[in-house]
Amino acid sequence: MHTRYTGRTLVREIVLIAVAVIWFIPILALVNVSLKPVNSQTNALTFAWPPTLENYGAAWEQASLGAALVNSAIVAVVSIVFIVAISALASYPLARVTRRWSRWTFYGVLGGLLIPAQLALLPLYATMRDIGLLGSLWAVILINVGTAMPFSIFLYTTFLRDLPLEYEEAALLDGCGPVRSFLSVVFPLVRPATGTVVILNLVGIWNEFFVPLLYLSGSGNATAPVAIYSFVSQYVTVWPLVFAGLVISVIPILIVYFSLQKYVIKGFAGGLKG
Amino acid sequence: MASIITDERRPAAAPTPERAPAPAAGPRARRSKRAGVVAPWWFVVPAIAVYCFIVVVPSLRGAFFSFTDWNGLGADWSWVGLENFADVFTDRAAQAALGNTLLLAVLCTVIQNAIGLALAVGLHTMVKSRYVLRVVFFAPVVLTPLVSGYVWSYLLSPNGTVNDILRGVGLGDLAQDWLGDPDFALYSIVVAIVWQFAGYSMVIFLAGLQAVPEEILEAATIDGAGPWRRFWNVTFPLLNGAVVINVMLSLIGGLKQFDQVVAMTGGGPGTATETISTLIYKNAFLLGEYPFSVALAVVMTLVIAVLSAVQYRLTLRKAN
Repeated sequence: MHTRYTGRTLVREIVLIAVAVIWFIPILALVNVSLKPVNSQTNALTFAWPPTLENYGAAWEQASLGAALVNSAIVAVVSIVFIVAISALASYPLARVTRRWSRWTFYGVLGGLLIPAQLALLPLYATMRDIGLLGSLWAVILINVGTAMPFSIFLYTTFLRDLPLEYEEAALLDGCGPVRSFLSVVFPLVRPATGTVVILNLVGIWNEFFVPLLYLSGSGNATAPVAIYSFVSQYVTVWPLVFAGLVISVIPILIVYFSLQKYVIKGFAGGLKG
Repeated sequence: MASIITDERRPAAAPTPERAPAPAAGPRARRSKRAGVVAPWWFVVPAIAVYCFIVVVPSLRGAFFSFTDWNGLGADWSWVGLENFADVFTDRAAQAALGNTLLLAVLCTVIQNAIGLALAVGLHTMVKSRYVLRVVFFAPVVLTPLVSGYVWSYLLSPNGTVNDILRGVGLGDLAQDWLGDPDFALYSIVVAIVWQFAGYSMVIFLAGLQAVPEEILEAATIDGAGPWRRFWNVTFPLLNGAVVINVMLSLIGGLKQFDQVVAMTGGGPGTATETISTLIYKNAFLLGEYPFSVALAVVMTLVIAVLSAVQYRLTLRKAN
């Protein structure tokens, strides 16, 4: 990194800010249009005064967004709790045991990164139908947990391998069994990896559309993107109304992003250093 | 030449404050202690059970059923050999989807990484607003892809913002029905995807740039290399890890593309923006063509595996 602010830097700064303004137009349009009267004919970048919040009330009711946001939150929280618990647990022997079985298990799990979900789609759908989980949030949660395993286990295992053994040895000397030692020593130590796992999965699960569409559409149990999808198909060109719904559905994830942006960006960048 | 200089400079210029040397323990002492720490094998059981139930078994069954006439409902099936694959490769919609998916994935990969790299290089300087700008460029990454698809379908509509801007700056002749014209629809979707994910590439490139040692760049400057040469001959080769990860991520993401296409065009007009994923969904859940869509999923898996292997080979070779 250059250490002085020169004329060149100023030029760069101006160019970058110009690009950032362009980059922000879609988000600005999203918010701006949602604040306009439904019959407004004006351009997305001209502001209507006074702004109206009417669309928000209407969208909230007509798209049943309240229930959808609750469902999204349940799916996200429950999935992430399970993902963190069982992938951290699994990574402990995979990182510490140097036997053949643990190495091959690790490779087997990693192989999952190359399998597209579409291959498992139909047989899995048939299985879920047979065990009566169609329309249930549990189907989506189970699928989220299963498909998150390869990457989460990979992150935890590589992180743990770099961690010195001394703490666990001290715990052993203090009389901790493996379970105690995992819960009170290892798990707190892998907190940075947990942060990355939580952030990546939170964003992915909140925004996920395909799986909830298959398992939840028409069930009254829709998550936010599915509710938005059916809402938009109904009101397709009533843009102010549609956009108000879109804004409501992304507010939670945007709040998380803007309040924790440092950690979110770090999570996305750090999760891939491996 | 540059590397000789850096080798000399390194010991003096790069102290490593991170980690104090571990307490002196020979490899043997360490190993005997390691035997004391026990990580029970059954810790892997819950994770592996869910993974097998959700990923491994259904994938194997999917591959198996692609050679049968299984209809997705009953337990009955019989062998049909390669018939489903023959259907896939002779079906017009499937050919279009394969072509579209490849084109979309390649275009997204190239453009998204070029922009991501440019932004990262721009922000990896003393620019005062760099932290704010990083947050702005990354924001679309966390936005729901379906939502960003809808926003772009509004911006690109015949009376949308893009056309308004074009008319405003006197380029009204270029105004198009971007999503309704088969010649432009796929490229319009590429624009939306690149807008959304360029910030992701940028962040990974930024992490890579931070790992480029300052001394090497200084050495190159002393050797008389201008900023352009410094970048291509020194910085860029050191970014290889970030390039591999970025290309892999955007390529696989492009090959699986579903959300934005559904939001923006639904695969139309005609089959102009049909992708493998949208076609699998339509055949399986709207048309009931189960064997066809299972075979298509197998083809998609093979395409992803082959392209990943090829890109991995290529990017690694470039490193050497």
